[in-house]
Amino acid sequence: MTPKPEPEPDQDVGAAVADAHRREWAYVLAATARVARDIDLAEECVQDAYVAALDAWSRQGVPRNPAAWLTTTARRRALDRLRRDRTLRSKLPLLIEPEPETGPGAEAEEPVAADDDVIADDRLRLVFTCCHPALAREAQVALTLRLVCGLATAEIAQAFLVSEPTMAARVTRAKKKISAARIPYRVPAAAELPDRLDAVLTVVHLLYTTGHTAPAGPDLVRADLVERALGLARMLRDLMPDEPEVRGLLALLLLSDARRATRAGADGRLLLLEEQDREQWDRAAIAEGAGLVTEALRGGRPGRFTLQAAIAAVHAEAPSYAETDWPQLLRLYEELLKAWPTPVVALNRIVPLAMTAGPDSALAEIERIERDGRLVGYRYLPAAKADLLRRLGRWDDAAAQYRIALDLTDNAAERAFLAGRLDEAAARAAGGD
Amino acid sequence: MTEYLILIYERESGYAEGGQEAWEASGKAHARFAEQVGEKGGKMLGGNALQPTATATSIRDDVVTDGPFAETKEALGGYYLIEARDLDHALDIAKLCPAPYGGVEVRPVMDVSAYMG
Repeated sequence: MTPKPEPEPDQDVGAAVADAHRREWAYVLAATARVARDIDLAEECVQDAYVAALDAWSRQGVPRNPAAWLTTTARRRALDRLRRDRTLRSKLPLLIEPEPETGPGAEAEEPVAADDDVIADDRLRLVFTCCHPALAREAQVALTLRLVCGLATAEIAQAFLVSEPTMAARVTRAKKKISAARIPYRVPAAAELPDRLDAVLTVVHLLYTTGHTAPAGPDLVRADLVERALGLARMLRDLMPDEPEVRGLLALLLLSDARRATRAGADGRLLLLEEQDREQWDRAAIAEGAGLVTEALRGGRPGRFTLQAAIAAVHAEAPSYAETDWPQLLRLYEELLKAWPTPVVALNRIVPLAMTAGPDSALAEIERIERDGRLVGYRYLPAAKADLLRRLGRWDDAAAQYRIALDLTDNAAERAFLAGRLDEAAARAAGGD
Repeated sequence: MTEYLILIYERESGYAEGGQEAWEASGKAHARFAEQVGEKGGKMLGGNALQPTATATSIRDDVVTDGPFAETKEALGGYYLIEARDLDHALDIAKLCPAPYGGVEVRPVMDVSAYMG
């Protein structure tokens, strides 16, 4: 499904279609779903429209407004299919409120041509439907990639390291639930918006982190997922410009991604923040991200994405690791812990705590987090503990923690880093210095 | 409008330990809920409380055994059948359903008319 358009002899047209696929898929699908009132039918018609574009654009040239061309074509196909097979509509209804001029049985009069220039933007409805809390997180992620980004099932399966049939079943199950349980196709009301928006932002953030640190395999960064997450964050910012947390998320992704080129050495080894070449950080992305943080911090209590972005901005704007504003970071982590009290945030607070209060205090705090028990099996806990023990010169204890961390880590770049540290700690322990 | 079944799962011990008071409080809360369904724009189609799982009898492959089909910490203790516009509306209503010793599950009712000819 969702075939990426095959490259045609005319490279420009192929590129234009690929570009429209990347940029306009969500818009075209959402606008088509309004007519098709069925996600599966809308998807098929949009795929057909992209295939048709390759041929038509080669002959007639790339239209001035590719999204409008694709939407009109996909909507026409949907109407044709509905006329041919009226039962389709009752089989898999998508809860779309009828457009004012369209009563039951009036699809034949659907003014496809008339509203080419004013097609309602339904992308937000699509996003909120894909990220509905009645769907499991993994289904939300899969549906978002499939319906909002237009990725093929095989591509999504590859990104999440599951087999294609498994991913296909996941997508089908989720679509069935949308239809059978009648998950509505709408942007939630103001009262529910904060919770529902948080789910959407969490899905986009999860896509980013999955791409940023692939859980297994040789590449530390899976660039396509990172690009998709950034694209979604930008789309959400355009569609909901007044939501501070939407700005916060985009800022967080930009600021983290600004360091992408420096996260691993030429040999693929993971580089720590203190080892990274700050000259190579993407200054434009940092400036954009920092500007968004400033805007998001204005007015009201900042949410977790804004606070995480503020933390990333402090790191990104520090001239060197040593000159990082650690007291400011500690304050931000304490606010973040209040907004989002999770053991992972408590663990991340260890770094500025160690820098301001010393490794002894940080070690006491990490042991408290350890006793809490919620981070059992979380690879970054023994890794962080090992680092503190290393700095305290407790090489035996450090080596033991590096071994635990190594057992919990599948990512090749992270494993190489931990193995290097383990060798060093073991040698120092044996050498007795 | 779609029909949804609200299944109430609770620890039976909650009521056993709460005694008469727990039952009375529950009776009032459920009477209130029955009113709230209409106030929320939904429709109450029916509902019942069930006798505890100690009274259940299960049949599998014609073998009759004492007890519920599956032993769970929180057992099905009652249900409501409601009508709502969509899942969000149904969840909005189901959030009001009393279940102090557990929670509720919301299931859409299948429209079997397509399979009945």
